[in-house]
Amino acid sequence: MSAPSSSTWDRRSVLRAAAGLAALGPLASCGGNTGREGGGSSGKGLVQYFHAYGEAGTQEAIKRYAKAYDKARVTTQWITGNNFESKLFSSLLTDNAPDVFEFHPQLQLIKSGQVAPLDDILGPVKDDFNPADITSHTVDGKVYGVRMIDDPQFFFYRKSILEKAGVGVPQTLDELAEAAGRLTTDKVKGLFIGNNMVSTNYALVWAAGADQLDDKNEIAYHTDDVAAALKVYRKMFTSGHLLLDAPADYWDPSALVQGLTAIQWCGMWAMPVMQKALGDDLGIFPFPAAASGAEPAVYNGGWSMFVNAKGKNVDLAKEYVKWLWIDQKKYQEDWALSYGFHIPPRQSIAASATELKSGLPAEGVKLFTDYGRFDNISWTQAMITALDEVIANAVRKGTDPEKALDTADAKVNRELKKLFG
Amino acid sequence: MSTTTTRDTTRPAPAEVPRAGRRRRVRSSTLNFWIFTGPFLAGLVIFVYIPIGWSAYLSFFEARYTVTPDKFIGFDNYELMLTSGDFTGSLVTFTVFAAIIVPVTWALSLGLALMVHRLRFLKAFFRSVFFLPTACSFVAASLIWKMSIFSGVRFGLMNTVLGWFGVENTAWLADPNPPWYWLVIVTVRLWLQAGFYMILFLAALQNIPPVLYEAAAIDGARPGWQTFRHITLPQLRATSTAVILLLLVAAYQAFDEFFNLLAKSTWGRPPLVELYYTALGEDQDYGAGSAGAVILTLLICMVTLLQGRFLGFGKGDDAR
Repeated sequence: MSAPSSSTWDRRSVLRAAAGLAALGPLASCGGNTGREGGGSSGKGLVQYFHAYGEAGTQEAIKRYAKAYDKARVTTQWITGNNFESKLFSSLLTDNAPDVFEFHPQLQLIKSGQVAPLDDILGPVKDDFNPADITSHTVDGKVYGVRMIDDPQFFFYRKSILEKAGVGVPQTLDELAEAAGRLTTDKVKGLFIGNNMVSTNYALVWAAGADQLDDKNEIAYHTDDVAAALKVYRKMFTSGHLLLDAPADYWDPSALVQGLTAIQWCGMWAMPVMQKALGDDLGIFPFPAAASGAEPAVYNGGWSMFVNAKGKNVDLAKEYVKWLWIDQKKYQEDWALSYGFHIPPRQSIAASATELKSGLPAEGVKLFTDYGRFDNISWTQAMITALDEVIANAVRKGTDPEKALDTADAKVNRELKKLFG
Repeated sequence: MSTTTTRDTTRPAPAEVPRAGRRRRVRSSTLNFWIFTGPFLAGLVIFVYIPIGWSAYLSFFEARYTVTPDKFIGFDNYELMLTSGDFTGSLVTFTVFAAIIVPVTWALSLGLALMVHRLRFLKAFFRSVFFLPTACSFVAASLIWKMSIFSGVRFGLMNTVLGWFGVENTAWLADPNPPWYWLVIVTVRLWLQAGFYMILFLAALQNIPPVLYEAAAIDGARPGWQTFRHITLPQLRATSTAVILLLLVAAYQAFDEFFNLLAKSTWGRPPLVELYYTALGEDQDYGAGSAGAVILTLLICMVTLLQGRFLGFGKGDDAR
């Protein structure tokens, strides 16, 4: 009792110190909720990222597939909002990064060693995939990512409205602009190409006879025909014939279904909902040619599964991707056809997809095969943003298209230099 | 064995007792100081100073898709941020935004406070009603503004109202000419924050001694503008200064409404939004983003020093 009472380490200060440490405790537990449910007794855990699909039942489906996997507990993060890229990219740098995630093929993910090559699991079934889906995921002979669904995007239109106005299906971009004008009434706008108008970017460039990049990975989108097409866009934008600031964006069928517009740019995924609401009063056509001698264009988007090469359980993640997206054909078919319509990248599944064999879905498949073009893996996120800004500047803001394209050139060249030297 | 016991043998006991007591008190108050401030300081160092230092480090490297870069590139990131026009443009955007939102909110919240202050009935009710929007989140409010009030379709609230007067549908957010998007951005922030500053003004108004008004009335000041101009406004000077500074800080921190209302645009991006897109968003260029953050930090330091000189805030009571 004598010595301790005179020391600085008396009972009170020890208690105080302990209290201080306890106060620090909550700090340590910050960020503890990783969405991972820990190891536990039932084996290891995996985390997968999906963007929020708009079709009813999709989230439940993905979780149902994951639950059926018995070698690991798979947790699904369903990312809502329109900035899936941002959330995915920033989480990939952290310890809470997903083990598997869906995305589009982009070279910078491969150059930075972020995604693992999947040749070992894809090898045996490579020939069953649509060759274009393999090409668009291949860098230096290695395949990164397993395609889950192909999503062609084109125009949907209300047959009755076009007939009533005496407007035929537009064959050129100028005809599209003219049709938009003639279809616009005080109740219905002629055309909806999205609130930001960036979703038709690739189709616009392709229909003008150009491309994003050429074979040598140099800029190929900066042509006179593209600049002229941008001027047509600007004219449509200022004329008041476009539906703008709609409550739901282009990927949602509601603008066409609710009668806000006569023609809408959308994807094959929305076809079941549109057919249900409009019946036979629905037609489709590709992005019309925007330069003489150029072909119409359809953008074959889609989603693929990637394995995070910097994750903690790369082998297990690969196993899971192989199990679900290569072995389980039932689930792949369910995913492609039961919610929205998507074209199965596996030819064996596509061949047996009766839903896509007749009527409007068959027409969609025809546009996909006749005019569809796929992602270019060398065209990365920074370049996508640069081309988005061309639309913002040249179409919405009214900058001269040449100048807007020059601004984009600087950004794209900076990116190309970093990727290819 | 503790040190105090050894000392007791070497020194005279009577003098030692108070000294040891004081020493112990000094030492234990030092300990208390560290116990109380330690966690906070540790948090400050870990969550503020290390990130700032790391950011400064990153700004000299090519850090794309990584925060542990290895390629030193000198001042290239700074050159990019200062010459590309996007970042410097964002500073202009912020200046325009602050120049609109600060005086407008100041005037509106003062006006509301004056009106509520004069109420005889239902004062508490109106005080609450005007204050309530403060509890709403910026994201939720932005979405309401975007999708129902300023929607571009014919059944959007503003377009419906304007339609009664024969005005054509306006795309409030899509079309930057004329820049209607400022109307959307300013009104949503005004609705959200005016009530809070109204409460500050209301408190200040209640603190003005009534004798001042009586004296002014006796001296012949007319009620209304003259009294307001010469009695109320000078009495609110301290509150007004505080409100303006708070508004400036809030305007600088504005992010949610710009991010949610304006997508895929090249305009209407204040610095924080611009840096978000550069570093954390789709571009993932942490080097360039950090360079922008460092430039921004230097600018804020300069502005803080300047405002200290002109407004005298933070100098202590003798400054005023």
